[in-house]
Amino acid sequence: MFDSALNILSYLSQGLGTTVSLFLAATLLAFIIAFVAGLCRIVKNPLIRGFTMFYVELFRGTSLIVQLFWLYYAIPILFNIHLGSNWWIGVIAIALNYGAYMSEVVRSSILAVDKGQTEAAIALNLSRVQRMRHIILPQALRLMLPEFGNYSIQILKGTALVSLIGLTDILYYGDIYRSTNLSEGPLAYFMVLVMYFIIALPLIWLSKKGEKIAKRGVAG
Amino acid sequence: MWSWETFADAFPIIITGITVTLGLTITSYALALAAGFIWLALESTPLKIFNFIVYWIREFIRSTPPIVQIFFLYFAWPMVPYIGTSFTPFVAAMLALGIHFSTYIAEVYRSGIESVDKGQWEAAKALNFSQKDTWLKVVLPQALPPTIPMLGNYLIILFKEVPLAATIGVVGILSLARSYGANTWSYIEPLTIVAILFLVLSYPSALLIRQLEKKMNRRFDKKNMKVKVTE
Amino acid sequence: MKPIVQYKEIHKSFGDTHVLKGINLDINPTEKLAIIGPSGSGKTTIIRLLMTLEEPSDGDIIVDGTNLWKIEAGGKEKKANEKHLSKVRNDIGMVFQHFNLFPHKTILENCVVPLVNVRKMNKKEAAELAENMLERVGLGDKYDSYPSQLSGGQKQRVAMARALVMKPKIMLFDEVTSALDPELVGEVLEVIRDLAEHEDMAMVLVTHEMDFALEIADRVLFLDEGVIAEEGTADEVINKSDNPRLQDFLKRFRGETVTGQ
Repeated sequence: MFDSALNILSYLSQGLGTTVSLFLAATLLAFIIAFVAGLCRIVKNPLIRGFTMFYVELFRGTSLIVQLFWLYYAIPILFNIHLGSNWWIGVIAIALNYGAYMSEVVRSSILAVDKGQTEAAIALNLSRVQRMRHIILPQALRLMLPEFGNYSIQILKGTALVSLIGLTDILYYGDIYRSTNLSEGPLAYFMVLVMYFIIALPLIWLSKKGEKIAKRGVAG
Repeated sequence: MWSWETFADAFPIIITGITVTLGLTITSYALALAAGFIWLALESTPLKIFNFIVYWIREFIRSTPPIVQIFFLYFAWPMVPYIGTSFTPFVAAMLALGIHFSTYIAEVYRSGIESVDKGQWEAAKALNFSQKDTWLKVVLPQALPPTIPMLGNYLIILFKEVPLAATIGVVGILSLARSYGANTWSYIEPLTIVAILFLVLSYPSALLIRQLEKKMNRRFDKKNMKVKVTE
Repeated sequence: MKPIVQYKEIHKSFGDTHVLKGINLDINPTEKLAIIGPSGSGKTTIIRLLMTLEEPSDGDIIVDGTNLWKIEAGGKEKKANEKHLSKVRNDIGMVFQHFNLFPHKTILENCVVPLVNVRKMNKKEAAELAENMLERVGLGDKYDSYPSQLSGGQKQRVAMARALVMKPKIMLFDEVTSALDPELVGEVLEVIRDLAEHEDMAMVLVTHEMDFALEIADRVLFLDEGVIAEEGTADEVINKSDNPRLQDFLKRFRGETVTGQ
């Protein structure tokens, strides 16, 4: 039992690279999207605000798996671009989906910083950009940390969908192993879960740490 | 490349899957609501080490992909010695999604209970309420209403995870769209229909819940509610 | 003497609430002005309009000859833009009731940030200036502390230092002692007293400290229901006025102070 668990683990690790690279790229891109969209939600220009809100509600209102399939089929046909690999489609779909959710975190954290902070910054005559950069964002960032930690775990879970568009991630190798060793199916999928959990552990730790940081030192 | 003809052709076919999609949503949500209580009960026994183990089992289920859990129950559970039995795709998906989301629901319940002021427990004790009455008449009536918006949010999130069941052959709207695509080689229109159906059902519900949330925030002091809905 | 600030027929409404109903007021360049009045009388709003934290519903505010909220473009009056507001704001500083220090920065950084970003000083110069000012308000040994490590009185003194390093021509004080424990009020008033004696800038204090207002103010305004109901030297307003609303306000206020101490 122990031997075959190790055996399975080493087999599954062939997919580790795909899962981890996908996770890191999607997280990075989701963060960028979240900040851009979050800031766009609070600008004065109603056109930018409206467009961003449309994006956020569209991606929050549908489902990641639907978005993944849609982009998989639609990007080559509608835009006539071949990204060269499904890896990029996975990254883009996951990042667009979670970027939409996380932009809400960015927006609400910025709004949660005490109004007195903005007023003091105005009284000191800091410009709009300086206010955001030196006063509001550093404080909002601390409020975002625990939520960002939680979302990074969600993103990791989301990456497990990419075997559906033919990427060879951990789950893909789990499926192959199961279909060739039917009786070891339970152990195979259990080890897949264990592998995701091991990757998730530092993220769980980070989000707990983030909660502690968020609790102190913010005017709100 | 977009054809309204295909769209019109696919729509009546795909919409028939809505019963299964909604049915799976409701049954797994009911399971999640019930199992959420079980987690809490199992995590508050007098035996600290047991609580600790249960907590980490819950953390394990919560932080691993639901699609793998669906595969586990559908493909692998029948092979489990002694207790293994095979499920229909619908039941396997219902169990997997229900249990996965119960790990979140438990956290919502906990936040609700923790938000009840300590003084309330003391008052119940002072009035000589029984353990049962303390829970039923004092704590729960205060703990549960503020959690309703959060529970509602999880219903919507669960709804959006339900199409995962298409991967094991549950014939909801996503399955129908995929098989329509496989037969006709037009995927974009049927998948767009699925996206629209999700949007049409989830967006108004989300608006409703945001409204409810505002109302609740005014009625209850939610300072102590630490859990936020993620995903 | 040419006034440094002029309010001309200023009105301000929040929704349906008409807070200021036609304020006309000149403030001289070195004047120490105290504004008193019951809560809700609009006294804080007066200085928030000058600090550009609120926009007047009607009327003009002239700062050093420049219309604060309006600019001329092609012979037409237009709403002032951020650039214009920023230029006028350079002459104005404010201290808040709730301090509003930046919690993620040390008290030295609190003072350095505006110098570096607004006055475009280099860091070393800015730090030197900030250190001198913190020394002056009695916090020379706390440069590296974070606001959360200070008492309310100390926080408010940092807030004053932060406003002062910018060398404003007009300083606004918005009920700066209201959020303090009674035993900490003295140290903050001491700093203001020092400023009133040694600085040439105009000072406007919205305050509940009646005795203090009497001591340092050249002129006192009694604001009631959005209008200036009484105006004069401290002695005239507080001791010699026969305005019944003012009498009532003072009586209630004295009563509170007596029982409060």
